[in-house]
Amino acid sequence: MSAFLFYPLAACALAGALGVVLARNPVRSALSLVVTLFFLAVFYVFLQAHLVAALQIIVYAGAVMVLFLFVITLLNLESDSGVRERPALAAAGFLAGAVVAILLAKGLLDSTVPDARGVTLGETFGTTKVLARQLFSEYLVAFELTSILLLVAVVGAVVLAKRTVEEGERDEARTMAAAEAETEAAHRVIAAHEAAHDHLDHGHAPHSGPGHVHAPAGGHH
Amino acid sequence: MIGTSHYLALSALLFAIGAVGVVVRRNVIIIFMSVELMLNAANLAFVAGANSLGTMGGQSIVFFVMTVAAAEAAVGLAVILALFRNRQTVSADEIALLRG
Repeated sequence: MSAFLFYPLAACALAGALGVVLARNPVRSALSLVVTLFFLAVFYVFLQAHLVAALQIIVYAGAVMVLFLFVITLLNLESDSGVRERPALAAAGFLAGAVVAILLAKGLLDSTVPDARGVTLGETFGTTKVLARQLFSEYLVAFELTSILLLVAVVGAVVLAKRTVEEGERDEARTMAAAEAETEAAHRVIAAHEAAHDHLDHGHAPHSGPGHVHAPAGGHH
Repeated sequence: MIGTSHYLALSALLFAIGAVGVVVRRNVIIIFMSVELMLNAANLAFVAGANSLGTMGGQSIVFFVMTVAAAEAAVGLAVILALFRNRQTVSADEIALLRG
């Protein structure tokens, strides 16, 4: 990628990032973030990460940012709606951030990172096929775990978002009752298992059945 | 010629801007967006590293980072919604119940 392309694109990405931090209105912040995400997708294309670039647009710009905008509009947040910013804190933060940014960028620019010039990238580098093969072989466990993570996140988000103040307590009572009922059921299942085991141990296996579930300790006396 | 170090420097700048956003802004939603910005900066570093080393590992990690970020956004925004319903504010200064 030539410097001719890189610097304008990088400037746009950084401008979007600064827009996120500086904008007073949360909607403007969100839209600035979308700009940055789009330019990052462009960089991904140049770095031969085609699938990642597509996912960046679909998942981030498409799904996550729409979620952000939905929440902002749902809460009806106008520019600085009841949120007091602190000028002194902001000045200190920007100063510290500038120092960190300059040091990091300078250090990384001066570092000797092996460049793509030294490595010959294969014809299939970054294609969906190669990435998918890796995800489903080398990272299979992690991949499956992310599905569980997403399930938990979806359930958690629904549970958290649907509750209101008044209903919260009622819901709590209901979940407590449900939990108690569940524990009761679990105890019953465990008792049934124990009973079956006891019967097996004592040689009563042939007539140990569902009928003995409610009297698990009967065989001991 | 633009090399990997340029991408890493850009990634560092984006990360620093995100970190400043987390520290400076008091609006919870904007803090959250700054966190997303930091995650994206890390993603750029991963992809640049994958390109530089000629291995696909970095791109796979980006896939996972995106998944976790999406899950985090869903749960975090739900938390913000619940918080707003209970406290009618999104200011990080007023949500200080745990502060001693």
